[in-house]
Amino acid sequence: MKPAAQLGWRAGLISLALFGCLLLVWHLATAPKQSVENARAAASSATSADDEYAKLMGKSSSSPVKTSGFPGLAQMGETMRKELANPFYDNGPNDKGIGIQLGYSLARVGLGFAIAAVVAIPLGFLLGMSPLMQRALNPFIQILKPISPLAWMPLALYTIKDSSISGIFVIFICSVWPMLMNTAFGVASVRRDWLNVAKTLEVTPLRKAFLVILPAAAPTILTGMRISMGIAWLVIVAAEMLVGGTGIGYFVWNEWNNLSLTSVIFAILVIGVTGMVLDLFFARLQKLVTYTE
Amino acid sequence: MEKAFLTVENLNKRYTDDGLPVFDQVSFGIDKGEFVCIIGHSGCGKTTILNVLAGLEAPSGGVVIMDQREVKGPSLDRGVVFQSHALMPWFSVLGNVVFAVRSRWPDWSRDKAETHARRFIEMVGLKGAEHKKPSELSGGMKQRVGIARAFSIEPKMLLMDEPFGALDALTRGVVQDELLKICSATHQTVFMITHDVDEAILLADKIFLMSNGPRARIAEVVVNTMPKTRTRETMHHDPQFYRIRNHLVDFLVHRSRRIQEAGAEDVVTRVVTPGLEQGAPEPLDNFPQAAA
Repeated sequence: MKPAAQLGWRAGLISLALFGCLLLVWHLATAPKQSVENARAAASSATSADDEYAKLMGKSSSSPVKTSGFPGLAQMGETMRKELANPFYDNGPNDKGIGIQLGYSLARVGLGFAIAAVVAIPLGFLLGMSPLMQRALNPFIQILKPISPLAWMPLALYTIKDSSISGIFVIFICSVWPMLMNTAFGVASVRRDWLNVAKTLEVTPLRKAFLVILPAAAPTILTGMRISMGIAWLVIVAAEMLVGGTGIGYFVWNEWNNLSLTSVIFAILVIGVTGMVLDLFFARLQKLVTYTE
Repeated sequence: MEKAFLTVENLNKRYTDDGLPVFDQVSFGIDKGEFVCIIGHSGCGKTTILNVLAGLEAPSGGVVIMDQREVKGPSLDRGVVFQSHALMPWFSVLGNVVFAVRSRWPDWSRDKAETHARRFIEMVGLKGAEHKKPSELSGGMKQRVGIARAFSIEPKMLLMDEPFGALDALTRGVVQDELLKICSATHQTVFMITHDVDEAILLADKIFLMSNGPRARIAEVVVNTMPKTRTRETMHHDPQFYRIRNHLVDFLVHRSRRIQEAGAEDVVTRVVTPGLEQGAPEPLDNFPQAAA
């Protein structure tokens, strides 16, 4: 226990140090320019007309730093503070809080993923139990599986005629394959012994499915769900950039159009953290259903 | 010949259509309450025969009749103890046995099934371990759960495929004693595969000896003439023990192969009682029995 704890401490320390280094590099890379700009701005002693002009351009002359390319740490911190202080504000279609946008994305992913699970897990059971169906459906799966989910977008938009539902469809189509394949594999490779036990006990098909095959295949199925969720979270950002309107992907694109790099970086961080939380959630679920023989 | 409780007639199995059968002309009967062990080299089809009796595998020819009904497919009438114990790791010890009990009596309440299951867990000496997962048990304990599960459905017949094959010698002895106790208490009919000659002599009333495959047969039925009260500790003081043991080992070392090489078309299963012979290494056919 002790050496493991020590390892954890040391790893944490290195992580912190690396994070510090990263921030330092960021700071150094953006800082000198600032001072030069600052000096220049001070030297040119902005007139009131300049001030006005700057304001019209959406910039404030009192902090000319913002005009320099990449945002510094201070600006980043400021944006994060502002966004996190009020994540659920709603000032119309183009200005919503990060919390609302994240909520839209999560709802889409959740819905698409749930529909995919409802379709993939029973179908995977069928494929896993019946070698005939496995072989019959295999060509379709093999062709459909490698298609980039975004390639479905035009077709979805044309047939569904609703961008939001199209987004859900794209999530569905990308999360269905890993779940389907893993469920089929997990069900097909349930240990023969367990099935024989069920056979000699004349277990009814429904009891066999829920008490023997499902728990036996659960770790594999959960692995598939975890992979699916990972892909879905990757795809939702791209999908929302494409269809627009709401969601974290749209938020990124919108802030890029506003040239607000701090918000873009902030959104990137939020996407990363959310993805990690989702993955951790599935890892926890996976641990719950994993058995040791 | 009077119909036995379980009758096997002319069983054979081939895995390829044109190949030699793994075993053929296998016929035998097991009476109610009898403990039968089957011994033979690997590849003679012991496990296949057991699987056929269990209904997990179909024979290429021949019939199995138990209690006047033909065996076609698995049934709760025959409990199986698997070599690899085959416990479901997601159930606790109790859960594994309850699963079997509730399959046997689906209309029982959960409480009733649990009480019933606990009785059998206690019987194999696992009281107190009911809520452990199989992964927390030793090999011997796992196998005991397997035995408790098979007994809990109160089958008409128990089939065991080398149940103690994976256990160390000490554990094996303990579990054997337990099995012996339970079987004599319940008068269970048992068909068991083993590789262990001593185990067969301790447990079995009759020992079936199989010649080597392909075309394996049941060459001899050795009647265990030792007293029923034999125990592992005292068994080897009985002079019969060595006569039977020598007979079995001789068979496995020499005759099992010779019989296969001779390859007679119609093999007669001999019933022998080596325990009663005085200094005769090759027993005579005192009870010839025609194979089907």
